[in-house]
Amino acid sequence: MAIDRETVRRIAFLSRLKIEDDKIEDTEDEFNKILNWVEQLSEVNTDGVEPLVSVNDTNLTLRQDEVTEGNQAEAVLKNAPQAQYGYFTVPKVVE
Amino acid sequence: MTKLTELTIAQAREALKKKEFSAVELTKAYIDEMDDKRKYNAYVLETPDVALAQAQKSDEKYANGTDGALEGIPLGIKDLYCTKDIRTTACSHILDGFEPQYESTVTAKLLNAGASFLGKLNMDEFAMGGSNETSYYGPVVNPWSKDVPLVAGGSSGGSAAAVAANMCAAATGTDTGGSIRQPSAFCGITGIKPTYGRCSRYGIIAFASSLDQAGPMCKDVRDCAIMLNVMSGYDAKDSTSAKVEVPNFEAFLNQDIKDLKIGIPAEYRPEGLNAEISALWDKGIEMLKARGAEIVNISLPHTKYALPTYYIIAPAEASSNLARYDGLRYGLRVNGEHLDNMYINSRTEGFGKEVKRRIMIGTYVLSAGYYDAYYLKAQKVRRLIRQDFLNAFEKCDIILTPTSPVTAFPIGDKSMQENPINMWLNDVFTVSVNLAGLPAMSLPIGLSHDGLPMGLQLIGKAFDEGTIFKTASALEQDAAFRKGMK
Repeated sequence: MAIDRETVRRIAFLSRLKIEDDKIEDTEDEFNKILNWVEQLSEVNTDGVEPLVSVNDTNLTLRQDEVTEGNQAEAVLKNAPQAQYGYFTVPKVVE
Repeated sequence: MTKLTELTIAQAREALKKKEFSAVELTKAYIDEMDDKRKYNAYVLETPDVALAQAQKSDEKYANGTDGALEGIPLGIKDLYCTKDIRTTACSHILDGFEPQYESTVTAKLLNAGASFLGKLNMDEFAMGGSNETSYYGPVVNPWSKDVPLVAGGSSGGSAAAVAANMCAAATGTDTGGSIRQPSAFCGITGIKPTYGRCSRYGIIAFASSLDQAGPMCKDVRDCAIMLNVMSGYDAKDSTSAKVEVPNFEAFLNQDIKDLKIGIPAEYRPEGLNAEISALWDKGIEMLKARGAEIVNISLPHTKYALPTYYIIAPAEASSNLARYDGLRYGLRVNGEHLDNMYINSRTEGFGKEVKRRIMIGTYVLSAGYYDAYYLKAQKVRRLIRQDFLNAFEKCDIILTPTSPVTAFPIGDKSMQENPINMWLNDVFTVSVNLAGLPAMSLPIGLSHDGLPMGLQLIGKAFDEGTIFKTASALEQDAAFRKGMK
């Protein structure tokens, strides 16, 4: 499954990454090289094989839905590049 | 007399108990060593004041008899572990200046046992790489380098180099596809990736959550046992950590290995395998045979598909895990006119080339229309790879293989820089273990013709690290690698 320039642009946007126009072609070539290489998996017969999501034998356990470490606003905001009035600040999102 | 920094954890602990020297003296010796060996670029942050303050407390504990299992032992911590109020960046520009407000479970356990932290160790950015060359802070230089600077391996390259050069008593590493074992082999040290679920992942910056495991990197097998005992155990903060008993790993050392069944997988000796590494493997087989172990030929037929499977699953999980780096809550922020521009600008400037490559591959294989063909297919092959091991372990107790198909290579190797797949192929003997969730250790066995360390890998059944320690202690004695170093 070869991919084209448009797909590279779309995947970059979904990944929230910018690829300069002069790098699109290189990225496309590299992507196709990698996809060709993983293509060898199609040789493996996986009919009737269940996908393996986790090697854990036990299922995830549920816990009580209660606050365990509350009132940590200061610690949560400690590393924020920009914060004000106890909130993270972002550029304008509505016109 | 042996230099203080050459002592193993077991030896240093003995001497500290007998008050032959103090924890502060031991810590100072390591701090001097770090000063002398900055050229290796093993540490990305040195915390001598933190270590000395911790050592002082350790000396008090030795005085009043309340010393813990690692009391006064100076360690290096891979920069992937969150350490409270100590900068943690995963060696990525995007986590510039990040000071976690909490401690990872594993480092908390090490601190509770009395260890002191000398600093944060260099690594490939977000643990994505096999040579430590993707670090924002530059590559680590392998202490075994002669004329040409060689890589220390990766992703835990700083950990391996620091242990090899006596810049810490032992280090923490993490292993997603070989990141503890391959650098251990390249630098002539011993490292174990335990069974998935053995150590809590809480507070370890996530790369591929279904594959990541913490583990120790040490001067010898006994130190790995001591460290792993402290690091292991169920943690309610990591729902994938296992509720299984943690045995005393040290008790397995020096046990008889007579009649132990050692599996030798045919697929790990592909045509064209480096002759010296092939011979090293034979040497290991002979050592175990001489001790009365039984050699069993086994087959792991899906081995060849492990790398492509890994390079779908790991990037898929990474693309999800790394979605959190958005310039908003921590680390680097590059502003933009709108919210989306801020995300894009921050991520484009903050991530390095290999990380971007893997985020995009992961995004692609998870995207609508390709999910079944790539991601679901890889998960099915993953089950077959695990089944191979389950079948093999019906015939043997433990598996012996080489750790890596190559020895340490020069920094900036052209073929690997030009084609990422050439770099990825170095993980050929290590990735299957992560896909299957099994424990595996690399230990140094011999030197190549050009004087570089080569390691062998022992793969155990799930939660049977004990048999690995038993077999490794036999191999370690017969190979006498550390003695040969002097």
